[in-house]
Amino acid sequence: MDDFLAARMQMALSLGFHIIYACIGMVMPFFMAVSHYKWLRNGNDVYKNITKAWSKGVAIFFATGAVSGTVLSFELGLLWPEFMKHAGPIFGMPFSLEGTAFFIEAIALGFFLYGWDRFNKWFHWFTGVVVGVSGLASGILVVSANAWMNSPAGFDYVNGEYLNIDPIKAMFNDAWALQALHMTIAAFASTGFAVAGVHAAMMVQKKNVNFHLKAFRIAASFGAIAALLQPLSGDLSAKDVAKRQPAKLAAMEAHYHTQASAPLLIGGIPDPENKKVDYALEIPGMLSYLAHGNFSAEVKGLDTIPERDHPPVPVVHYAFQVMVGIGTFLMVLSVMLLIAFRRKQWLSARWFLMLFALATPLGFIAVEAGWTVTEVGRQPWIIQGIMRTADAVTPMPGIAWSFYLFTAVYISLSIVIIFLLHRQIKMVPVQYDVPAGSSQKH
Amino acid sequence: MEYIVITYLWLAIVLYFLLGGADFGVGIIEMFTSTKNISRTRRTMYHAIGPIWEANHMWLIIAIVILFVGFPVIYSQLSVHLHIPLVILLLGIIARGTAFVFRHYDAVRDNMQEIYNSIFVWSSFITPLFLGIIAGSVLSGHIDAKAHDFATAYVFSWLNWFSVAVGLFTVALCGFLASVYLIGEAEDAKDHHRFIHKAKTMNIAAVCCGALVFLAAQVERVPLANWIFGDAVGLSAVILATLSLVLLWTQIGSGRTTLLRILVGFQVTMILLAISYAHFPDFVIIRNGENLSLFTAQAPEKTMQALGSALLIGSVLILPALFYLYYSFQKKKVNGS
Repeated sequence: MDDFLAARMQMALSLGFHIIYACIGMVMPFFMAVSHYKWLRNGNDVYKNITKAWSKGVAIFFATGAVSGTVLSFELGLLWPEFMKHAGPIFGMPFSLEGTAFFIEAIALGFFLYGWDRFNKWFHWFTGVVVGVSGLASGILVVSANAWMNSPAGFDYVNGEYLNIDPIKAMFNDAWALQALHMTIAAFASTGFAVAGVHAAMMVQKKNVNFHLKAFRIAASFGAIAALLQPLSGDLSAKDVAKRQPAKLAAMEAHYHTQASAPLLIGGIPDPENKKVDYALEIPGMLSYLAHGNFSAEVKGLDTIPERDHPPVPVVHYAFQVMVGIGTFLMVLSVMLLIAFRRKQWLSARWFLMLFALATPLGFIAVEAGWTVTEVGRQPWIIQGIMRTADAVTPMPGIAWSFYLFTAVYISLSIVIIFLLHRQIKMVPVQYDVPAGSSQKH
Repeated sequence: MEYIVITYLWLAIVLYFLLGGADFGVGIIEMFTSTKNISRTRRTMYHAIGPIWEANHMWLIIAIVILFVGFPVIYSQLSVHLHIPLVILLLGIIARGTAFVFRHYDAVRDNMQEIYNSIFVWSSFITPLFLGIIAGSVLSGHIDAKAHDFATAYVFSWLNWFSVAVGLFTVALCGFLASVYLIGEAEDAKDHHRFIHKAKTMNIAAVCCGALVFLAAQVERVPLANWIFGDAVGLSAVILATLSLVLLWTQIGSGRTTLLRILVGFQVTMILLAISYAHFPDFVIIRNGENLSLFTAQAPEKTMQALGSALLIGSVLILPALFYLYYSFQKKKVNGS
């Protein structure tokens, strides 16, 4: 494996790993806060147990997210020193604010995890909310840095020099708001369906149904609201990308040739050699409508962009299809959940719970796919239109070895975490089981 | 504004050494605890660092962010030439953080605990060792910006007597910090004495390693003695550190745990001051070349302004919460959990 590819793979691996833990770490505190609130309000101990059980998951995910985030802050330089040398002072502002948000999150988590029965109960609840809010803030801030790579702002690029640097302008770049919105909703949807799916799977096995049903309702509600909102944010993002990064949009849709009334392709196998797509389902005019709000508008194809600036089309196209496909499926599940809240018998029906159990990993697969779209779709640029990824890579040889090493570490960590969660869930009956009848005030 | 940023950088590094260092040290103490006492020591440790360890490690992230935003050339130079020790440091950080959390949150207690324990203990040793090696390399003058062969550019930049000696010194200091910290966390008189004994041993180890650093500096021709003794600030810092050490030994059995913690923190701070002041504003000493100075290698004015303001705003939010966290989880407050 050549060093450049290895560096890209290592970065992708590290981010792909971190993104899951970061999402869970920033979203689950909100689930906990709801459950915790219910316990404080109505004294039903099942909710206390759910909060405690979830908080153990959060502790594991937060620690993993924190260390993998620390790794990333070094890897930016270890792998892309040339990029950081120039970009650091420009897009560093959100990172310095994120440092604060992350720090507050860590402090609040210390209070929350170790503060049971030690503080005023509402103060304790509040520290849990702070964990969520500061986690969300740090997520949104980090997306600003990524958005800057897609939509560089806050400097003038003159003869290879970065002049008139304005970090505030760089932070409020054009891509930030929509990217942050899309990512935040995605975090809620993926975590919501993942957590709901685990509880659904336990209900399928008829284990501790009272406990798992309550947990399921909270997590699935968050997931469903997010999944129903996501298409709106996706639509805004698509229009934005069409305007700012036509090459990315063209790669997402494998849209090789500029065309008025461009069709939307569903599925299909891009053929980069002959610049065509085989076996795709075409919806006439739909791409023009989605990109420009007009069925007959012209959509720029890859033919308007020099070949050396093309992103790899098949990867981006497949990833986009996966993201949209899963998003649509989760939307259907969300509607079914709303129906189930009316028709209570669904909530104990095996087929219904099985559907949710099967959907457990889907949200995160969509997150990884969406992130692949935005990152691979930006290639060959590390800073869109300014610096090529290949020019940013470290001069140190042998990066392939470090890639293998990190791959081994991240795979073993993932295995251990799945193992730990399995054990946590297995122990639920021992640690938290409250018989269905005993939900009175205490 | 640049002075504010530089001050924060220095503070973040010192605080990481003190707080993160004590935290690593707890693992080092575990390494040198007999099987007889180990489960009690683990419980004490867990109560002592459980709620605060993640906050302690944030200082590293703050320092790194200040470096890459405010001093990008320094950050990218170090990332290139110290790639290998940095990767080892990162693997240590991953291993240690996850092992610590996993061993506590594993719902089933079985022989997996042994695996978590050994990962935790070994990474608690290796991580500060490489942290010290990196710190030593920054000062050693072995980083060669013009090197062409792999070994000179990427290996001997950090694999030299001086860097390794600083690494060992750092490990000893971490153990020393932690044992003094744990004196105040001991559950009974027997543990109290045990930690006092540990603190004395660790202190002797730290002094020996310190001597080793001077020796290695001679061998590698690092003008360490010049930096420290040839400068009024460095010299007074060393004198103050020595005085506080003498005071520490006389007070160590007194039970005034807060005083002991202040003394040991003061001592380490003085050591860092002595080492960092003499060549200020140079931050990275480069072989036969232009050293990287905090003044010339800094980001443009506007970035420094923004960074400085972000740090000031951040500390208004962080520091009160952090103090309250430490205050709330002191020994006295810990009952029954």
